[in-house]
Amino acid sequence: MSERSMSIANPSPFSTDAYQKGALALSALAVVYMFLLISGTELLSPVLSFWLLTGFFTISALVYTWRAYRKKPAGIKNDGIWYSSLLARGALAWMAGLIFTVFYVLLYWYPSTLGLGMGENGSNTGLIAAFDPMSYWIKGEAASEWFMYGFFYSLAILVMGVKFFVKYWHSPYQKWRTASVVFFQLAFAFTIPEILMGLNMPYNDFFNMWPLNYYFFFDWNLQQMLDSGTLGIFMLVWGIALVLVISPILTWLYGKRWYCSWVCGCAGLAETAGDPFRHLSDKSLKAWKIERWMIHSVLVFAVVMTAMVLYSFFSGSNTVLFMDSHNVRAWYGFLIGATFSGVIGVGFYPIMGNRVWCRFGCPAAAILGVQQRWFSKYRITTNGSQCISCGNCSTYCEMGIDVRWYAQRGQDIIRASCVGCGICEEVCPRGVLRLENGPATDQRAVEQRVITIDGFQPE
Amino acid sequence: MAEKNIAIIGNGISGITAARFIRKFSNHSVTVISKESDHFYSRTALMYIYMGHMKYEHTKPYEDFFWDKNRINLLRGTVKEIDFANRQLHFDTSFKVDSLYPAPPSLNYDVLILATGSKPRRPEWPGMDSKGVTGLYDLMDLEYMEQHSKGIERGIVVGGGLIGIEMAEMMASRDIPVSFLVRESHFYNNVLPDEEAKMASDEIRAHGIDLRTNTEVAEILADESGHVTGVKTTKGELINGQFAGVTIGVEPNIDFLKNSGLELNKGILINRHFETNVEGVYAIGDCAEFRNPIPGRKSIEQLWYTGRIMGETLAHTICGNRHSYQPGIFFNSAKFFGIEYQVYGEIPCEISGDAETIFWKSKDNKQSIRINYDSNRGFVRGFNLLGVRFRQEVCEKWIEEKTDIQEVVSNLSAAAFDQEFATRPERAFIEQFERQRGIKIKPIGSRGWKTALKSLLKT
Repeated sequence: MSERSMSIANPSPFSTDAYQKGALALSALAVVYMFLLISGTELLSPVLSFWLLTGFFTISALVYTWRAYRKKPAGIKNDGIWYSSLLARGALAWMAGLIFTVFYVLLYWYPSTLGLGMGENGSNTGLIAAFDPMSYWIKGEAASEWFMYGFFYSLAILVMGVKFFVKYWHSPYQKWRTASVVFFQLAFAFTIPEILMGLNMPYNDFFNMWPLNYYFFFDWNLQQMLDSGTLGIFMLVWGIALVLVISPILTWLYGKRWYCSWVCGCAGLAETAGDPFRHLSDKSLKAWKIERWMIHSVLVFAVVMTAMVLYSFFSGSNTVLFMDSHNVRAWYGFLIGATFSGVIGVGFYPIMGNRVWCRFGCPAAAILGVQQRWFSKYRITTNGSQCISCGNCSTYCEMGIDVRWYAQRGQDIIRASCVGCGICEEVCPRGVLRLENGPATDQRAVEQRVITIDGFQPE
Repeated sequence: MAEKNIAIIGNGISGITAARFIRKFSNHSVTVISKESDHFYSRTALMYIYMGHMKYEHTKPYEDFFWDKNRINLLRGTVKEIDFANRQLHFDTSFKVDSLYPAPPSLNYDVLILATGSKPRRPEWPGMDSKGVTGLYDLMDLEYMEQHSKGIERGIVVGGGLIGIEMAEMMASRDIPVSFLVRESHFYNNVLPDEEAKMASDEIRAHGIDLRTNTEVAEILADESGHVTGVKTTKGELINGQFAGVTIGVEPNIDFLKNSGLELNKGILINRHFETNVEGVYAIGDCAEFRNPIPGRKSIEQLWYTGRIMGETLAHTICGNRHSYQPGIFFNSAKFFGIEYQVYGEIPCEISGDAETIFWKSKDNKQSIRINYDSNRGFVRGFNLLGVRFRQEVCEKWIEEKTDIQEVVSNLSAAAFDQEFATRPERAFIEQFERQRGIKIKPIGSRGWKTALKSLLKT
């Protein structure tokens, strides 16, 4: 078909300069070194390995950012995205996806290949050993695979957060949001829980909300909190209040964005390291249908699983309706906790976009979405009839919302999945969209923008 | 209502809007004919395809299944001749293109809507036929630009309008140096008042464009192979470039209608109900020319918004609710590189006798607000905004109701539409207003939807 064979698909004028190529090579080197460590070749001491890995990735990202944006005046910087192999599902994207996926598979199911407990007397080797010095410094014990992962994860959010910050230097909303999401990751998701562990308190991320945090009501977690004095009880009460009271109120006032693009750790990665892949989300009506079925199924699964686990906790009986609650929760952990949120959720960034988990899987997002759809003051307002249907908003919506569908009809956008990242209002070339919190209904002065002639009822 | 066969020539915003609303209001058979593309796409997004922000598929506001589902027949072909007496269209059978919807040799209709759009105006300069010289209106032009701007050392754009600045921005996005030749003393000065035109010009230069004002072209220069090598100005200056965008405006695309019995001037002549001199034949959008334009408006309106209003209005008429063209308060918008532009109401480029103006500009030269008001009676007549977003509905209401300038200024925050956390340019405007008049007013404090709604519902 002629429409598809237009040569417009292949101009490749957007090139990286020598510095950027060097930066990318540095990242590639770090990846190679990682796999060398995994394969058992330890060229450097753990301390040097640590600095090589974290240093190379950091320098690489910062140099790339500097070269990419140094001469760019304030404004949208999406030039050449659809001509990029890494960003438009080319060979590089598939390679990156494969590397991420392999890393997650090893992390979740074969941590010994990363060197966990493979040395003498169960000490670490390889990749995880590289994080031992840092782990000893923070909490006085050897690194686990989760310490290594948490460190990488936080570093990625910090460094790519800097990149995002520079990219949207002109936008106060984006800067506040990014500062917030980076802060919550570094403070609440990484540092505080690790310090708590060092103090022999339960590991606890105060903002990792059930049911995203699916093990909150597991017997060992409950027991740990109950055994940890006042702070433990506070964690328990806070965790429950967060779901039942705090989050509904904040969602009512500001929409689910208060969590899904300002606080949550998944958002932290998606909005920073994942931002370059946001345009890859599927905007079709079909994808929206799949999304609604899938995310609500996961929610039901999470609720049922948690109810069974709690029943076991209080009754002491593992069998609930002929099923072993331990089995059910193990399956949930394997299917949802690891495979969906990790391997697919992050591993597939370069193929399916940066919000696959948040959109199709996250049960907490499902709950907040229902609240947002039915009783939130939050919406995206369309400015009169100024939409020119260009499609930038829909293209850059990471949640796959066809924003244009509403905007071109002059309708406000009220959708369960909207995380309020605000990129639609950034990329709109006519300034047609505004995120805002209004009266609690979807009230407008006119229901739909009037170019429609008043008072006419179609026959 | 008896069902009719309605044929629409042109699948741009006017024709498609008519088709959609006719379907919404009736069961008439609707057929949309296009030479350019199988499906409706947003012409305003052409630049973003070249710049790599979007692919062609993203510029389609409706998924491909939409047309079949809504029983809107699509045909791809060129209409060669219209037999008005027998109400029959004849297609050019030599037009061959790979399409899902090839047109038959002929088609009968009961009602015909001509929505054939524009074509770039061609000046009579020597050398206009050289290779690498084009306007930018449709997909074929984009394809041509893609091919002929590849690997060039410098591009030239002639004509300081909205398409001209788009072409300059397109090439700049690929790091192609651009010379931008403009007849006026600042870019778009034939529409914008001096201050705004100067700000836009500064923005163009800040993006590295060689903007040359007060410059007109005498001749296009070419090499022996007929390929453009530059232009010669009326002052004898030579400017090199291997591609030349010529964007001195557009004109109705009506060549195939000459001597058909349809009354033409520059466009297809119509009354306020879009009726041509031939019964059952209507014209809307860029190709139509009002015999009797609405006072203060042009006889040919070539805006996205007016095309949409015409399409919807005509659909009402055809479905039994006869209605004349009532476009309401004038509005338009554009983007000059990083600076958005909005206009509501009357803002002539030169202030006339019965209007006065208040103009505020930010220190960084990126934002401005202009409000014009009636010098005798004090009511507001128009808003002109650069880098500032105002709510259309609020501005419209103030203009429609002839609200006094002082009341408008006091309530200016009700119109503010800039993002959350953004600076409050309207406050600086209010302060300047106070200084100029030597008075103190009590402006409303907050912006946001609640404030806007209150203002809109106030009678």
